[in-house]
Amino acid sequence: MTRLFAAFLLCFATAAAAQLSIEITGAGAQRIPIAIAPFAGEGALVAGNPPGQAATISSIVRADLDRSGLFRTLEVPPPNPPLTEVAPVNYAEWKSRLADALVLGSVAARADGRFEVRFKLFDTVKGQDLSGVAYTLSREQLRATAHRIADFVYEKLTGEKGVFDTRIAYVVKRGPKYELQVADADGAGEQAMLVSFEPIISPAWSPDGRKLAYVSFQQKKPIVYVQDIVSGKQSVVANFKGSNSAPAWAPDGSRLAVTLSRDGGSQIYLVNPDGSNVRRISQSSGIDTEPVFSPDGQSLYFTSDRGGSAQIYRMPAGGGEAQRVTFEGSYNVSPRISPNGRVLAYIARNSGKFQVATLDLATRQTTILTDSDKDESPSFAPNGRMILLATVNSGRGVLSAVSADGRIKQRLSTSAGDVREPSWGPFHR
Amino acid sequence: MHANRLVSTSTRACALFALVTLAACGGGPVSEQTPAGVEERTPSGTAGPSTKPVPQGQVAKVDLTAKSGAQSLLTDPRSILSRRTIYYALDAYDVKDQYKDLVEAHARYLRDNPGTKMLIQGNTDERGSREYNVGLGQRRSEGVKRMLLLLGARENQIESVSLGEEKPKAEGHDEQAWSQNRRSDILYQGEY
Repeated sequence: MTRLFAAFLLCFATAAAAQLSIEITGAGAQRIPIAIAPFAGEGALVAGNPPGQAATISSIVRADLDRSGLFRTLEVPPPNPPLTEVAPVNYAEWKSRLADALVLGSVAARADGRFEVRFKLFDTVKGQDLSGVAYTLSREQLRATAHRIADFVYEKLTGEKGVFDTRIAYVVKRGPKYELQVADADGAGEQAMLVSFEPIISPAWSPDGRKLAYVSFQQKKPIVYVQDIVSGKQSVVANFKGSNSAPAWAPDGSRLAVTLSRDGGSQIYLVNPDGSNVRRISQSSGIDTEPVFSPDGQSLYFTSDRGGSAQIYRMPAGGGEAQRVTFEGSYNVSPRISPNGRVLAYIARNSGKFQVATLDLATRQTTILTDSDKDESPSFAPNGRMILLATVNSGRGVLSAVSADGRIKQRLSTSAGDVREPSWGPFHR
Repeated sequence: MHANRLVSTSTRACALFALVTLAACGGGPVSEQTPAGVEERTPSGTAGPSTKPVPQGQVAKVDLTAKSGAQSLLTDPRSILSRRTIYYALDAYDVKDQYKDLVEAHARYLRDNPGTKMLIQGNTDERGSREYNVGLGQRRSEGVKRMLLLLGARENQIESVSLGEEKPKAEGHDEQAWSQNRRSDILYQGEY
């Protein structure tokens, strides 16, 4: 494991030195070269926008694919006359430009004031039309539409679902204020759900992506709330005597696991989203906390110090005997399980550094994925490819992401403030 | 009667500290105290602004209806009850010997004022998982609560909660700051 880590460090250091100012660092050379031509007529969608919102649909698709670390987008000067998805494709010419794939598209204004975007993806190596989609959209839906196009391309070419059209939640501390924010997966379109003078931690998306559970200290103690994202309605899930924290949704959304201290120590309970039917499921004299459901809903992974040091355990979701899962080191916390249930991501303390690590549950292989020293709150993308995390850079909390295989790293550009507690939302239903 | 209660309190305090701290009272100053010693002791000088003894009898005179009197007793820097913070060593959750007087005084106040309620907020330093630190802070505040209960306070008077690492007293990132942040804070009703 140590050798693996050293090799990774070396790769990363080399790549980072070469591209200091770039958000993403891909360690592998397997990126798919793809050309995304400017969509014909796409300027109409951003006409009159302020400079900060002038990104065209094709440029957002390009940025998405680049950021994934699996693609390398090629510079394509705007063709004259503009190419559209219905134009005949000169495969040989695109091959000679070293593009393995090509996206062509067009934007047309509709009579109702909305727009229609059409695009097609081509495999230039095989000379194949890989099909495309047409979307009707308003100006406000430009970014979401671009992310969907990127997801289409990503899935066609990699075989796994894309996560560009998903959202993330995180907490920003700006001066004395704490803000629970929701943004697109690329950090754009940030919107505050809750602003408070007291801390907010542990946001957790409901499986349908419509609600967030979180812990707010607005009553001078930790209380678990659920808030509807669209309506903003906040309701209490757990406000018992003592501390109420660490909410995690069951995969079917029917209940949450939470940590309560109402019986003395911190123990894990199940509770319905409306706060009813509270029942204790962990039984120890230590601290049991940070529960998270396995994707099949059958098990709970959690942190406990019942064995003398903080380690990760697993128990049946209805309660029962717990089994220890992590053994290396004296501090392994914040378990998160990959969407396919095979990999555990967590925070491991190594020589005083807190780093994101993974444990392959079948092979027992552990891998340290980061070289930072204050990592917190890992969160899997819904396709399992990337792990979002909070870390500290130059004394300021920032978000970054690392691929589950450790090869790709991203730093999310964020507005000023201290950013922490990221949580990656589910796929759109 | 009054003296008996004090004896009992003192004995229980001693037993409690023998249980929860390494620096137990066996042979130390606590066990050698006179029964009234609890009342007459000088608050340990290093940790707080007050160096004067709590005047004999003052606690017993507290009248809950006289609000201003209760307030000043809880906040007057000469009163041990104005001392509200217990600090902890690294990875430690037991109340150190030096805070014994403080906890005893607050227990006595709660016992003598059964209508009074208290919130204890446990805190940790910034290192490690935020949620796990909520658990660790809870262990600290719960420890203080258990001591207060053993010393005669009632369960319905005290709520122990945790603020984890979220409300540091010192903002730095070194042991000097961390030692200020590993603490339990005592708040009385009206203060939270």
